[in-house]
Order: sequence, then structure tokens, then C-alpha cells
Amino acid sequence: MPEQLIFGMEVFLNGLMAGVLYALVALGFVLIYKASGIFNYAQGVMALFSALTLVGIMEGQVPFGHLINAIFGTEIHGFGWHVPAFAAILLTMGVMILLAVIVQKCVFRHLVGQEPIILFMATIGLAYFLEGVGDIMWGSEIKKLDVGLPQGINTLIDETTFGWFGYGFFIDNLDIVATVIAALLVTALVIFAQYTKQGRAMRAVADDHQAALSVGISLNFVWVMVWSVAGFVALVAGIMWGTKSGVQFSLSLIALKALPVLMLGGFTSIPGAIVGGLIIGVGEKLFEFAIGPMVGGATENWFAYVLALIFLVFRPQGLFGEKIIERV
Amino acid sequence: MFDAAPSDETLLEVNNIEVIYNHVILVLKGVSLSVPKGGITALLGGNGAGKTTTLKAVSNLLHSERGEVTKGTISYRGDRVQDLDPAALVKRGVIQVMEGRHCFEHLTVEENLLTGAYTRSDGSANVADDLEMVYSYFPRLKERRKSQAGYTSGGEQQMVAMGRALMSRPETILLDEPSMGLAPQLVEQIFEIVKEVNEKEGVSFLLAEQNTNVALRYAHYGYILESGRVVMDGPAAELRENPDVKEFYLGMSEEGRKSFRDVRSYRRRKRWLS
Ligand SMILES: Nc1ncnc2c1ncn2[C@@H]1O[C@H](COP(=O)(O)OP(=O)(O)OP(=O)(O)O)[C@@H](O)[C@H]1O
Ligand SMILES: [Mg+2]
Repeated sequence: MPEQLIFGMEVFLNGLMAGVLYALVALGFVLIYKASGIFNYAQGVMALFSALTLVGIMEGQVPFGHLINAIFGTEIHGFGWHVPAFAAILLTMGVMILLAVIVQKCVFRHLVGQEPIILFMATIGLAYFLEGVGDIMWGSEIKKLDVGLPQGINTLIDETTFGWFGYGFFIDNLDIVATVIAALLVTALVIFAQYTKQGRAMRAVADDHQAALSVGISLNFVWVMVWSVAGFVALVAGIMWGTKSGVQFSLSLIALKALPVLMLGGFTSIPGAIVGGLIIGVGEKLFEFAIGPMVGGATENWFAYVLALIFLVFRPQGLFGEKIIERV
Repeated sequence: MFDAAPSDETLLEVNNIEVIYNHVILVLKGVSLSVPKGGITALLGGNGAGKTTTLKAVSNLLHSERGEVTKGTISYRGDRVQDLDPAALVKRGVIQVMEGRHCFEHLTVEENLLTGAYTRSDGSANVADDLEMVYSYFPRLKERRKSQAGYTSGGEQQMVAMGRALMSRPETILLDEPSMGLAPQLVEQIFEIVKEVNEKEGVSFLLAEQNTNVALRYAHYGYILESGRVVMDGPAAELRENPDVKEFYLGMSEEGRKSFRDVRSYRRRKRWLS
């Protein structure tokens, strides 16, 4: 088999796995957008915030430690205990649900019926607010996150492919785990939205607020639920990315990776986010591999956007975006 | 079987309510009415008379439209209900079918019906039974159960909206303008189903309609609303024979049929002069 093709296959696999993670981040957007028509600019910061919180809880950090020390002249830094990863993840999820309730109670409940652009602005405000709170609460230094996910080259794949092609694929264990978890999560979300009572209520609210109210669905409850689920998705994405490259500000930029996925897959479609994520993941890695060297590399930064733009021109509602139903 | 005729028991009592939108626009100026158990009560009147506002005041959907009941009381089975949220009212058995159907367009017909059971907690077996009950009233919906509601016809959407309300196992349905935009034959069919549901399931109706003719044929009692006030009320049979109603709402008069617009402007002029 020609060498280029073998390398290409490796790149393809890596792209697929990156794509699943993009899909996961994109799903956070889709959920909130579907149920409330809000484009949540803060989704990336939510991932950062959840990862910071997770590290903080695991390390037994005192929240707002710096602030407390500055005000009271104390010298506290940690509780001196370590919380096991699993318990810390549960606690962090609790924090994300609390955040959902606060966001709904303090912000969006007062903005019901406002223009989408106003809601969007509110999420921009929320993003920077949350970033600041994350800093003050947990400090701004780069942190290492290790919840016990396996890392390093997968030797089984390496050896097997070496046996087949005489060339061992480099596939990171973390990527495999991330892919499996993301795939499970995505499946669970699809089942939730499509086949459960609350999922149906979520889609009903997305279609018609007034009608949802009229059958006794509580908008507040559905929105808190959706923000909590989006918080959970952000947490999972935060864990994956944080484990890979440390918990730091740049983690919030994963949202930028989700944007082209949304343009491609449609803002309202769960399958669209998945397929869109895969196409972007594979597309950008293959493009970088095949064309990158000719144009001096670094195509990954813009390729996804160009691809998404092309799609946008020909199919504004995205690959799987719900058709805009134009009859009454 | 339930008794078809309305009983003496009053379910809904609206007492002299005023409704203001956006803190300034006074729309209802003292509306009173009552809905007896087992009856079909019609709320009649032209465009902008305040029918929808009255229904929304009862179902408490006014809040989300920046409307507010500023005076008067609304009680259901003797309890004051005007501070409850719509969900609490649905649980008490009062549900509104909104004007213009308001189906969930991207949900299938069957999913739409199931959302009606959102507040119920009596188990999926009962909900499944009621789904069959709804399909027995609207066989057409069973054929279309897997279609997206947004792509069904206006008549089918009206059926979806009514079926969805039925799925909550209501005691009282506030039905807003079911005839809107439907062909006469379909209107008749929809009203036949209302009558059937009323007789067989014992569901009481408060029915807002511009189509006075049809509404008075199916209702037991009627109220006529004009710019936010009840101007006349009585048993449907009497209203049908009332010369004013005939002239102004049924488009009939001693000299034969007149166009609605003639009648209205004539009357308005008369009012200004007096
Ligand atoms: N959300 C709102 N804000 C301000 N004014 C409103 C609002 N909704 C209705 N109105 C006004 O209240 C009045 C009564 O409206 P309503 O919808 O209750 O009438 P209706 O009898 O149902 O009329 P139609 O037969 O046309 O449905 C109208 O003058 C209308 O302009
Ligand atoms: Mg109306």
C-alpha cells in the first residue's frame, strides 16, 4: 500500500476523533439554541469554568482564596484534602446546575420575549462575567487536570497496524476514551431529546413558547434543565481538553471550533452537530495533511470556516437544519 | 354516560374583571360570566371585542403577553385562581386551545398530542388509553400521526390542538375561535366533535367565536362581548331569536339580509347621535 495512503488513514482516524469532540461542544450550543432561541456565546467559557472548578475541588482549593487573603490578610490556600475524581465531577456538576439556575433566575427570566440579538448580548456579558468569576474563584494560573483517564500511545493499535502495514499508527489513548465518552453522551442526548417526556417538552418549547405554556409546561424549568445539560456537556468537553492541554484560558476557545460545525450542521439539529463535527474534524486534518505543506501549513485555523462558509452559501439552514416551515 | 345538558353546578366564575395590557391599554372593562358544569358556553363578538383576552385571563396566559387582571375575580370551583400559573390550572382541569391552533410544528402529530399529557402523573398506560380516545374522535389524526404537524392542513392542526388539550384530561376547555380559516363543512365537523366530547366525556366548554351562527347552534348559553363589555347574555336558543342579535350578529333583519358592515356603521352612527 502506498505510504501516503497509510499516513492518510492515520490522519483520518485522528480527524474523526477530533470531530467527535467538536460535535460535543457544538451540541451544547444546539441544545440551548433549540430550546430558547439563545445563541450561547458563553458555552466555551462554561467549559473553562467547569474545568477550573473541577481542578479546584479535586485539589481542595479554597474558592476565592486570593480574594479572602487580600481582604483579611490571611494565608489560606487549600483545605488540605484531595477529593477523588468521581466525587469531584459530581460536585462540579452540582455547581453547573446551580449556575444554570442562577443564570435563568437573574438574567434570562427577565429577558423573555426580547429580540434574539439582546439575548445574544446577554450571553456575551455572561461569558466575560464567568471568565472573571473563574479567575477570582480559582486563580488564573495554568492547572494540570488528571481525572485518571489513560494517556499516551495506544500500543495495541500501534502494533496491529505495524503488523499490517509495516507502519504503526500513533493514536492517543486519551483520544480513544474521549471519542467513546463523547459518542455515548451524544447518543444519550439524542435519546433524551427524541424519546423522553422532558426532551419532548424541550422541543415543544423550542417551537412555540405560548403553546408550551398552554399545555402546562414550565418555561423556567425547561430552560434551567437545558442550561444544566449544556453545563454537563461543557464539563465533559472541559475534562477532555483540560486533560490534554491543561486548564487555562485557551480552553474557552474550543467554542470557536464549534462555530463552523454549527454553520455546517445547522443550529437546531442534533444529528447535524454530530455529522458536522465529523466532517470538520476529518476535513481539517486531511486538508492540513494533503494541502498544508504546499501552502506553508497552519490551515487548521481557517479551513473549517471556509468549508462552513461554502456550505452556508448553498444551504443556509445547514446540512440537517430544520426546514423553516412557512405555513400556518 | 354524562348528562348532556349543563347542570346547576358552576365551574368557572368570572366576576367583573378588568384587563390592562402593557400597563396602559385597558381592554376588558368589567366582564362577568359563568360556565356551568357540562355546558357549552359561547363568548361571541367581533374583532377586538376581547374574547381572546377573556380566555387568556382565565388560563393565565396573559402574563406572557404583558397583560394583567387589575380588577375583579376569577374563581374555579369556588377557589380564586387568578394568581396560579398556567400549569397549575391545567392540573386543575382547565386548559386553553389557543386561537390560530399553535401546534408544535416540528413535532409529529402524535408527539403534539403527548405534550398535552405533560402535567399528568397517572402513568403511561392511562396516557396511552387517552391517546386512543383522542384518535377515536379524530380518526384523521391517527392516519397522520407520524407527520410533522407543521405540514398538516389547517383543519388537521385544529384537531391536533383540540386533541392535545383533551390529552390533559380536562374538565373545562377554553376553546378560542376553532372555526377560524376553515371551510364551512369542516367548521360543522369540528363543532360536531365539540358536542360529542361535551356529551360523552362531560367536558365543559367556554367557546370564543366570531361565527355567531354556528356557535349559537351548538352552545347552551351565550354572552355577547363588545369592546370589552358584555352587552347581552342568555340561553342560546333565545339569543338566536333575539331581533338585535339577528340583525347585528347573524346578518339578518326584517328587510332581509344586510351586509354586516352596513349594520355596524348604521349602529355606530346611531350611537354617536344619541
Ligand atoms: N398583547 C396585547 N397587547 C396590547 N393590546 C392587545 C394585546 N392583545 C390584544 N390586544 C388588544 O385587545 C383588544 C381585544 O383583543 P382580543 O384579542 O381579546 O379580541 P378578540 O375578541 O379575541 O378578537 P378576534 O376575534 O379578532 O380574535 C384588541 O383591541 C387588541 O388590539
Ligand atoms: Mg381572538
